[in-house]
Amino acid sequence: MLRLEKLVKTYKTGDQALKAVNLEIPEGQVLALIGPSGAGKSTLIRCINRLVEPTSGNVYLGDVELTGLSAGMLRKERRRMGMIFQEYALVERLSVMENVLSGRLGYVGFWRSFLRRFPQSDVDEAFRLLDRVGLAHMADKRADELSGGQRQRVGICRALIQNPALLLVDEPTASLDPKTSRQIMRLICELCKERGLAAIINIHDVALAQMFVQRVIGLRFGEMVYDGPPDGLTPDKLTEIYGEEDWEATIEAVDEDDLEAESAAS
Amino acid sequence: MPVQDIKGQKIWQRRAGRESLFHWALWLIGIAVFAYCWQQISKSTTWFFVWDAPRIANDIWTRATPPKWEYITQLGKPIWDTLNIATLGTLISLILAVPVAFLAARNTTPSRFIVRPIALLIIVSTRSINSLIWALLLIAIIGPGVFAGVIAIAIRSIGFCAKLLYEAIEEIDETQVEAITATGASRWQVMAYGIVPQILPAFAGIAVFRWDINIRESTVLGLVGAGGIGLQLSSSLNVLAWPQVSLILLVILAAVVISEWVSAKVRGAII
Amino acid sequence: MSDAAFDVAGRIGQPWKKPPFIQRRWLRWTLLLGALAYLIAAYMTIEVNWSRVYEGLERGKKFVLAFANPDFTTRSSDIFEGMMESIIMTVASSVVGIAISIPIALGAARNVAPLPVYLICRGIIAISRALQEIIVAILLVAIFGFGPLAGFLTLSFATIGFLSKLLAEDIESMDKVQAEAIKASGARWTQWINYGVQPQVMPRLIGLSMYRLDINFRESAILGLVGAGGIGATLNTAFDRYEYDTAAAILLIIIVIVMGLEYLSGVIRARVQ
Repeated sequence: MLRLEKLVKTYKTGDQALKAVNLEIPEGQVLALIGPSGAGKSTLIRCINRLVEPTSGNVYLGDVELTGLSAGMLRKERRRMGMIFQEYALVERLSVMENVLSGRLGYVGFWRSFLRRFPQSDVDEAFRLLDRVGLAHMADKRADELSGGQRQRVGICRALIQNPALLLVDEPTASLDPKTSRQIMRLICELCKERGLAAIINIHDVALAQMFVQRVIGLRFGEMVYDGPPDGLTPDKLTEIYGEEDWEATIEAVDEDDLEAESAAS
Repeated sequence: MPVQDIKGQKIWQRRAGRESLFHWALWLIGIAVFAYCWQQISKSTTWFFVWDAPRIANDIWTRATPPKWEYITQLGKPIWDTLNIATLGTLISLILAVPVAFLAARNTTPSRFIVRPIALLIIVSTRSINSLIWALLLIAIIGPGVFAGVIAIAIRSIGFCAKLLYEAIEEIDETQVEAITATGASRWQVMAYGIVPQILPAFAGIAVFRWDINIRESTVLGLVGAGGIGLQLSSSLNVLAWPQVSLILLVILAAVVISEWVSAKVRGAII
Repeated sequence: MSDAAFDVAGRIGQPWKKPPFIQRRWLRWTLLLGALAYLIAAYMTIEVNWSRVYEGLERGKKFVLAFANPDFTTRSSDIFEGMMESIIMTVASSVVGIAISIPIALGAARNVAPLPVYLICRGIIAISRALQEIIVAILLVAIFGFGPLAGFLTLSFATIGFLSKLLAEDIESMDKVQAEAIKASGARWTQWINYGVQPQVMPRLIGLSMYRLDINFRESAILGLVGAGGIGATLNTAFDRYEYDTAAAILLIIIVIVMGLEYLSGVIRARVQ
């Protein structure tokens, strides 16, 4: 479904953010990308939808190779990849509804979008999505009136209304408190399951990642150093990814968290 | 080093020896330049008139008061023209300034090495030249009248508005733009959804701010023949009708104060 | 998680419209129609002699071409004298204006000056800001006679209004704690200003002064139109005689000097901050 082949990104400053990354993601798989700051997590997902131009290598979304596409074709393919951002990246001076509908920009023409005349089906879908994340009553509020968790939910709606096959999620919980972080992660994973979406979730909170995903990729200095199930992340492995630290506490915390989460769900 | 050791005693000084010398030299040059400037001004001044100034000022004052109030009936049309020059000039300049600003801003310009310098040149050259000079030029080209005033104000304001606007564009939050780009939006859609909402408050503020300045400037454009209340001022001055002059000055003062009040109110409402 | 109070099923199938910027319907329409009516009225009352404008295009073209081929030489002595006079007026008026603005700015800052002084200084600033340079110049020319003295006084007067206001605002928003610390050491008023206030507002003062120098130069270019000295008189003559190439030369010199001043003020501001 998504395949990266020898993806390399070298910045103008000479920093090698990605060193020949190979990765294949099957349909419907949610995977977490972990690694220290500066490991190239953010660069990796931005290279997929070419917000950052990769230096070399190939990206296949289904059968389409993305790195060689013209600007127009790239825009078409971007519609199939929803993106969720760290600081929500909502357009703060637009209303919640406009922010959600902006996910349809790849589908409607300029004048229609400029005059805010979106097709009725888009509007209906926007209301359904907002209702799904519990924000339908906020539709006409301005985005900067919302709390962090609410904004991120709007961000999720904006990504989903694109009707994507793949979600690119960049540190969705970095600016949220622990409880909201979990709610957001759970929501993203639930929605992926409901819609059969594949997702790459950049996340620095290892415990949170282990709680929700089937597969974890560890990135260090632009190289993949771990690829496996979340429970395979032993202290040795974490040391390899992040460097020396006492990891026992993190792993125990995960177990407790899991119990807590289960009890909360039941 | 600011601490000097003289005969075993440490003496603190604000600046080290060479630095303080440099400062003194700078002051000296400054004073010399000023003295030269003053000498030049004084050389081309007829001091007899200056010593006579208090008497003349007094004379003008007695002639100018009281203002000729009934003259106000003839000022309606000039005031209306002045308002139009400022408002239409501001509108036209905004329409022209927006594309220039987008071409000049580092993050939206299509080409950094060709288009951006041209846009910056437009900004600096329209800004450096006063609207009165633009008016002189336009009168020489298209003849005197309100229209020349409108265009003069419009040209003068392009640089001002475009400069403030492009600075606002350079300060936008790029992640919001990135988010819109990631949805597969086209270039124009990214502009309409990602950039425009972010700069709209700045744009409105600039428009009102410039309108206020333009009201001031358009009151005097008539001095060179470009329409508005300045025309009346100019003709009254030519015939030394001081009571009319004082009334016109009062009207201009009122216009300036009102426009400043309006622009402050509107800016307060926007922000 | 879904909000029970909101009837989503009822919204499905309903058209959605962006909530208007102005909520009250009548107000929205009144403003819109008012603006439209104004524009039409304004357009109707502007008398444009289109045939004259059309004829002018030819002259306009000539002028644009003159920019490509400006004539610096024919009237070089006039241009040089006018430019020197403009520069001299600019420098002298900036120095005097800044020197007078500083005490007035102190007087116009409520946290430094007592109320009566504050009111007087604010009054001076208000008068200086309300009167435009060119009008002040006309009056001063009438009083002092033609020549750069009137221009110099005009620009000094205008500098006071501009600089004192901005500087006073800066003083009012300065860090109180630093100033209090100096006061607590038993400093007298002048010492307090020197040690507690001056260091805080100095960078801004230098930046504003450079900016004002730039404005004074630009303004000095028009004062000649009313006989107050400077390059404006030469420029006016050039336009009157339709000597576009000389006019273009003068305008180019003005633009270059303004660019130079802007660059210089950028460098200086970067150094003091």
